[in-house]
Amino acid sequence: MANILVNAPKTAKKGDIIEIKALIMHPMETGFRPGTNGRIIPRNIVEDFSATWNGREIFRMKMSPAIAANPFVSFFTVATGSGTVVLRWSGDGGFVAEHPLAITVT
Amino acid sequence: MPAPRRRAFLAGAAAVTLLPFAAEAMPEALAAAIREVTGGAEPRAGKVTLDIPPIVENGNTVPTTVSVESPMTAHDYVRAIHVFNEKNPQPHVFNAWLSPDNGRATVGTRIKLADSQKIVAVAETSTGEFWAASAEVIVTIAACIEDVT
Amino acid sequence: MTRLRLGLAAAGVFCASLALAQAGDPRRSGYQEMGPALRKMQDDDTANPAMLFVQAGAAAWAGKAGAAGKSCADCHGDAAVSMAGVAARYPAIAPTLNRAVDLDGRINLCRTTHQQAPALASESDDLLALGAFVALQSRGLPIAPPDDPGLAAVRTQGAALYERRQGQLNLSCANCHDDNAGRKLAGATIPQAHPTGYPIYRLEWQSLGSLRRRLRNCIVGMRAEPWDYDAAEYLALEAYLMDRARGMLLDAPGVRP
Repeated sequence: MANILVNAPKTAKKGDIIEIKALIMHPMETGFRPGTNGRIIPRNIVEDFSATWNGREIFRMKMSPAIAANPFVSFFTVATGSGTVVLRWSGDGGFVAEHPLAITVT
Repeated sequence: MPAPRRRAFLAGAAAVTLLPFAAEAMPEALAAAIREVTGGAEPRAGKVTLDIPPIVENGNTVPTTVSVESPMTAHDYVRAIHVFNEKNPQPHVFNAWLSPDNGRATVGTRIKLADSQKIVAVAETSTGEFWAASAEVIVTIAACIEDVT
Repeated sequence: MTRLRLGLAAAGVFCASLALAQAGDPRRSGYQEMGPALRKMQDDDTANPAMLFVQAGAAAWAGKAGAAGKSCADCHGDAAVSMAGVAARYPAIAPTLNRAVDLDGRINLCRTTHQQAPALASESDDLLALGAFVALQSRGLPIAPPDDPGLAAVRTQGAALYERRQGQLNLSCANCHDDNAGRKLAGATIPQAHPTGYPIYRLEWQSLGSLRRRLRNCIVGMRAEPWDYDAAEYLALEAYLMDRARGMLLDAPGVRP
């Protein structure tokens, strides 16, 4: 199970612009570094990050090897209605992680 | 210098270049990567703020935020933000896709920089415009690092 | 994750108290030598990469382990209560062994003795996570090395190592960290070398790591032959450094370049 830390408000007023910050543990191995035997360590990165609000995509990001290890993302979104925000990461080696957040909008 | 009011929320943040955007000053890989997203059009300087420290203690993890001035309405919003680098082994940093649902066109992350170099952020609007900003970052090497062997 | 919520609320208070406590003390922690972007990274518990390890450590604290089928929590209960001040007073003498151990050593002693579980490997993610979680419970507390006569010899040995010139560059720790602290070494500010933030998320490692790992980096950087990983020299140095940092506030788990 992926190790994830998220900072998002649990409640918001309709129309508020809220910030969502998320951190996931992942080596983000660039594929450009030589290992101890001189051979290149194979690339292993998170490539796609997306967020949906009640199923509707609110943000998408494509990461490259230039994103730091244990990737951090922050973005904003308008609080439309109560429900679930789902954050999703996917990448090399079939890596997939999801994290749901419940947000109550009044 | 931009009006202090406009930049107030970035108080204490690092330098952002005001150099006019010039594709000619770049290595070909970087210029080609930018052309790929703009379809060959030259982005205009402005609207984009690239918040990145001018000097970093370690290039492995550089906090970076891109903000674009935009009403973010259905008729006028930032559709995408593309960030590129000058000297890493490959020119891309990240691409982010937005909609009016975001309310604010601001994306933050942490990036890796192999060397002191220029970073370029290009914003694509729903009206088909391309705006850009660049920043020069000095990367210092941390002292006393371990032997990989 | 009540521990993390506690951490979040405490972080703001902590930053203020760090500023207050350091007023008048000429000693500066590595945190103070960092630029605003890195200090901000450390201050936000939901954005500090070290907190990912703390989260894993909190889960490990609650998980049953070993032939005894016990978790840390089964004996120690709420870590925020039982572990408060613990990281601030290590290295300490382990009574059953009658010698000094660091916090990692003490954790492993608990594992093997009380949980009947195998010791966790040095520098392993599991041991780092538990160490980070325990260290967090002392964040904001002053470093308080025990006044145990048994530690005196270890500290003296550490002091001698600190002052001793070694390696191809013929430098001692003191040459940089006492004589030239605050000045630049190839663009990096030389810190005073107070271990207030350990275990740290070192950007160079892109991972959490121990003081022992950092000391090895120092020695390699000095172009000296590093001692074996389990060498007593590291413990002696740690005991000396913690004594030298007596009274400074812990800011573990820290972010450092």
